[in-house]
Amino acid sequence: MNGEQPTRRDFLYIATGAVGAVGAAAAAWPLIHQMNPDASVQALASTEVDLTPVAEGQIITVKWRGKPVFIAHRTKKEIETAQQTPLRDLPDPQPDDVRVKKGKEQWLVLVGVCTHLGCVPLGHQGDYNGFFCPCHGSHYDTSGRIRKGPAPSNLEVPPYEFASDTMVRIG
Amino acid sequence: MSGPSNFQPKSPILQWTERRLPILGLMHSSFVAYPTPRNLNYWWTFGGILSFCLGVQIITGIVLAMHYTPTVAGAFDSVEHIMRDVNFGWLLRYVHANGASMFFIAVYIHIFRGLYYGSYKEPREILWILGVIIFLLMMATAFMGYVLPWGQMSFWGATVITNLFSAIPGVGPKIVELLWGGYSVDQPTLQRFFSLHYLLPFMIAGVVVLHIWALHEVGQNNPAGIDVKSDKDTVPFTPYATAKDNFAMVCFMIFFAWFVFYIPNYLGHADNYIPANPLQTPTHIVPEWYFLPFYAILRAIPSKLGGVLAMFGSIALLAFLPWLDRAKTRSAKYRPLFKQFFWVFVICCIGLGWLGAKPAEGGYVIASRILTAYYFIHFLVILPLLSYYEKPSPLPGSISESVLGNQPLAPAKVKGAR
Repeated sequence: MNGEQPTRRDFLYIATGAVGAVGAAAAAWPLIHQMNPDASVQALASTEVDLTPVAEGQIITVKWRGKPVFIAHRTKKEIETAQQTPLRDLPDPQPDDVRVKKGKEQWLVLVGVCTHLGCVPLGHQGDYNGFFCPCHGSHYDTSGRIRKGPAPSNLEVPPYEFASDTMVRIG
Repeated sequence: MSGPSNFQPKSPILQWTERRLPILGLMHSSFVAYPTPRNLNYWWTFGGILSFCLGVQIITGIVLAMHYTPTVAGAFDSVEHIMRDVNFGWLLRYVHANGASMFFIAVYIHIFRGLYYGSYKEPREILWILGVIIFLLMMATAFMGYVLPWGQMSFWGATVITNLFSAIPGVGPKIVELLWGGYSVDQPTLQRFFSLHYLLPFMIAGVVVLHIWALHEVGQNNPAGIDVKSDKDTVPFTPYATAKDNFAMVCFMIFFAWFVFYIPNYLGHADNYIPANPLQTPTHIVPEWYFLPFYAILRAIPSKLGGVLAMFGSIALLAFLPWLDRAKTRSAKYRPLFKQFFWVFVICCIGLGWLGAKPAEGGYVIASRILTAYYFIHFLVILPLLSYYEKPSPLPGSISESVLGNQPLAPAKVKGAR
C-alpha cells in the first residue's frame, strides 16, 4: 500500500465519513429548529380594535404579538404637517401616504417599539409633536418617522386592515 | 489492560495539553489502542448501542423539556403542543418515547449476553453489580418519564406503583405520602417526577463511566469465556471493534427508525392518549412492556408485601449472581447443561412478560405463579447446583486458537497506508 494512490480502504473511510457527516447534520437540524418559533406562536395572532372610543388627537396602545401598537387618531394639523414634510429632512425618507391607508389618513397604526434599542416611545412628546423615546432621545414625527436621535429607521407600520370604518384588524 | 498510554501527539499544542490533562491519551488507550479479544461476536456491540441510546434520550429529553409544562393543568396539552406546533416536535417526542423502549430492548440483550457468557464471574463482579445499578436507575427514570404526559396510564401507573410502598409495615403509608407530596398522585408528584426524571439520566451517565472503567480494568469477556493470554488473542479496538460497533449501531438505528416513523405508537398504550382522570381507573392498567415481567411477579404473590418483596427481590437477586453461580467455566458455549437451562430461563422471562399484560385472573394467575417460582428457582437452586455438578466441555487452549485454529498469525493491519 504505497501512499501515492488512494486505496480502496481510503475510499471507504472517506465515503463513510461523508455519509456520517450528512447524517449528523440531518440529525442536528431538528434539534436546532425546534427552538425556532413554533406554529402556535407563528399563528398570525390577529387583534381587532374598536376605534369608536378613540377621540381625535388621542393615541391608544394595544398589545399585538406581545408588543405595544400605537393607534393615533390624528388631528387635521398633524396630518398636514406629516404630509408636507420634505423628504430630504427625513433620515429614513418615506412619504406619509405610504404609512397610512387611503381615505383613512387620520388613523396612524404603528408598532410602539423604538427602532434603536427597543424601548417604548412616549406619545405627544418630542420636538416634532409625535413620539419621543426617553431611553436615548429619539424623536419621531406625527407620522412616526424618525427625525432626530440615534434610531436608524421609522417606527414600523404593522400589517393591518379596516374591517369597517370603526374596526381595525392588526395582523 | 489499561495502563499508562504510550500515546505521543505530534503537534506542540497537543503535547502541551497532554502534559497537563492527558485526555487524548486516555481516549487513545481506551478506545483506539485498547486490546480487544479477537473473537467478540455481535452480542458485544450492545454496550456501544446503549451508550448511543443514553445520548439520544438525554439530548431529545433536554430539547423536549424546553416545551413541556410540568403542571396537572398543562402537561397533557403541552405534549400535544409539542406534537402539533413545535418544529419537529412530533419527531422529538416519538424518538424519545420509542427511544426508551429501544434502550430497554438493548439492555435486556446486553444482560442476557452477560448471563450466557458468564460475564458476571470473577473478576467482573463489580462490573456486573454496576450494571444492575444502571438497570435500576433506568427503570426509575423510565417510570417517572411515563408519568409526565399525564395520560390515564401515566396517572394510574404512578398511583399503583407508588402505592407499593404502603406495603412496608408501619411507616408504609407515611412514606407514600412523602413520595406523593400529598394524599394522592397530584401536582407535587408530577413536578418532582419531572425534576428527578431530568436528574437520573446524568446519574446513569456517571455510573456508566464507572462501568466502563471497571470493564477496562479487567478487560472484556469473550464468547469462549477464557482469559486473554497473549497479544495474539487481541486486536486494537480501533479500527476493529470501532467499525463493528458502528455497523451494529447503524443496524440498530434502522430498527429504531422503523418504529419512530412507521409504528410510533405500537409499543405504547392507547389509553395514555386520554387525559388523566383521578376519578376513573382504566379497566386494564398495564405498565410499559419492559416492566411486564416484574409486574407479573408482583401480582403472582397473593400477599401485598410479599408481591412487593418478590418484585424488588427479582432484580436485587441479579446482584448476587456471581456468588450463586460459582462454576469456573464462564461461557455457556462450554457448559451444555447450563446452556439448556439458560434458554428455559429466557422462555420463562418472556412468559412472565406476556402474562404481565394479561388480567390477573384464572389460568393466568396460576401460570404467573409457576413462572415466578421457576424464576427464583433458576437463580437460587439450579445455578448453584450446576456449579457443583456440571462437567463442562473441554476449553480451547487460547482465544486465538479457538478463532484461528493453530495457524501462524498474520499481524493485525491498522489503516492500510500508514
